[in-house]
Amino acid sequence: MDNSVGIVSAQRAQFDTPLLCKSGVVLPRYELVYETYGTLNADRSNAVLICHALSGHHHVAGIYADDPRNIGWWDNLIGSGKPIDTDKFFVIGLNNLGGCHGSTGPSSIDTASGQPYGASFPLVTVEDWVESQSRLADQLGIQQFAAVIGGSLGGMQAMQWSLSYPERVRHVLAIATAPHLTAENIAFNDVARNAILTDPDFYGGNFYRHGVVPTRGLRLARMLGHITYLSDDAMADKFGRSLRSGKLGYSYDIEFEIESYLRYQGDKFAAYFDANTYLLMTKALDYFDPARAFDGNLNRAFAAAQAKFLVVSFTTDWRFAPQRSREIVRALLHNKRDVSYAEISSNHGHDSFLMEDAHYFEVMRNYMNTIAQEFAA
Amino acid sequence: MSNDYSQLGQLRPDFAAIAAWLPQGASVLDLGCGDGSLLRYLRETRGVRGYGVEISDADVAACIANNVNVIQNDLESGLADFESNSFDFVILSQTLQATRHTEPLMQEMLRVGREGIVSFPNFGYWKNRVNILRGNMPVSKDLPYQWYDTPNVHLCTLHDFETFCRKYRMLILDRRVMAGGSAVNMLPNLLGSTAVYRFRRAA
Repeated sequence: MDNSVGIVSAQRAQFDTPLLCKSGVVLPRYELVYETYGTLNADRSNAVLICHALSGHHHVAGIYADDPRNIGWWDNLIGSGKPIDTDKFFVIGLNNLGGCHGSTGPSSIDTASGQPYGASFPLVTVEDWVESQSRLADQLGIQQFAAVIGGSLGGMQAMQWSLSYPERVRHVLAIATAPHLTAENIAFNDVARNAILTDPDFYGGNFYRHGVVPTRGLRLARMLGHITYLSDDAMADKFGRSLRSGKLGYSYDIEFEIESYLRYQGDKFAAYFDANTYLLMTKALDYFDPARAFDGNLNRAFAAAQAKFLVVSFTTDWRFAPQRSREIVRALLHNKRDVSYAEISSNHGHDSFLMEDAHYFEVMRNYMNTIAQEFAA
Repeated sequence: MSNDYSQLGQLRPDFAAIAAWLPQGASVLDLGCGDGSLLRYLRETRGVRGYGVEISDADVAACIANNVNVIQNDLESGLADFESNSFDFVILSQTLQATRHTEPLMQEMLRVGREGIVSFPNFGYWKNRVNILRGNMPVSKDLPYQWYDTPNVHLCTLHDFETFCRKYRMLILDRRVMAGGSAVNMLPNLLGSTAVYRFRRAA
């Protein structure tokens, strides 16, 4: 593989200081699983944190020795000579608290009860994640990140970093994200949640002890979500009205290619993702709203930020539309913060932020290079 | 690298003229900022801070490489991202002639900024007139396009621009007229190939 960071392995960090969540619930102890790529420089000034989106995790780049086909989800962007250049930066990816890829979450065993947390796991928020990430940074000896980077829900975390810990982040790269979800966006999340919550195998979130998984709900949730991550054009290009068998079957079986694709995606997802984590992640999306504490005034919310920003949106992203990114840009302009904004022409809807695109990657590369010049100088 | 930029004024007398008007540390919005050269030059020579607005993908990427703040947007859709009176100066450098809605954009400049600065090629320059007299559209260093591929839709002369400012109650504060890198003081509308104006809203 070209310029891959190569074989990587996950590490675990243990936290025994209780975390007081936004909800008021206290998590007495937890673990975070993470990966790192590149080398932390002598003055610890080249660290970059990658925040993941709804279904993401800590495996951001490279491959595993025992599973070489498991390539990191942002491997196209991160590696030697890639836009986020691991020859220059020390890159950290983690699985968020509440996740289902190794960090403490609803499917983890609660040592107090010896049972999976299930429904008792707190609803964690973007602020809680930033708090837990800051403790990981403490453990790794990183006082200040050169950049915190994320797309979608990950972009929300990157922005929250600049508000929770203004002095601990020099640059924020907020990609395909929004200052809060719209009613329409919350509505999509709620339909997805309802698919899970009403699945008879959900058992109020405690399905683990029944030895079942709310597969039907989870796959419906994923199918719905997936539609909203694509664009109408991308779906038309990829599937159109193509029929699997070439003719109409007059039945409710899979006929159109798009049906086949969505069901496949739903099945694949339901086979590994935790239903409680899905619920929790969508709630974190819904709750994120830094302006809320300022009577809805985003300008005032961003007054705390000191970081320089790169805001990136994609023309066909209707789930996190360019207009939403512009709201972030306006609040930063109001506060006279350094900000650049690029609106990338792309056909792939919200998923564009994960895909290789020459212009998008050039923007990312150029921005990261200016950051690298700060500590190379 | 920074030396290259501080010496750019020799190559671009219009940049040098703009820099001479700006107090140290002024805030600037540069509309149609291209690759960010002017903003970078102004930052390095005058310590200005500010933003560029640019529509072209390649130029946006170049601005970012130049470490210049750039907001990707179409000027023709207005300056809605920018609050009133939020900049000391709003600059439209060699872009006026390519704007479609020129008058509303000029008004927007004076809503967002305290003063406006505009530079444009003088269509009344004698060489342009000679070209026209010979029967051809002028093509030159300042007007480097053929009639069929030019982005320029609103070319004007110095007289035209000054008449426009009077009509729309914009007060011209200063003017620099140039040809081939030298200042032009005599018969500017005939002998100047490019001009830079500084203006504000008339009281």
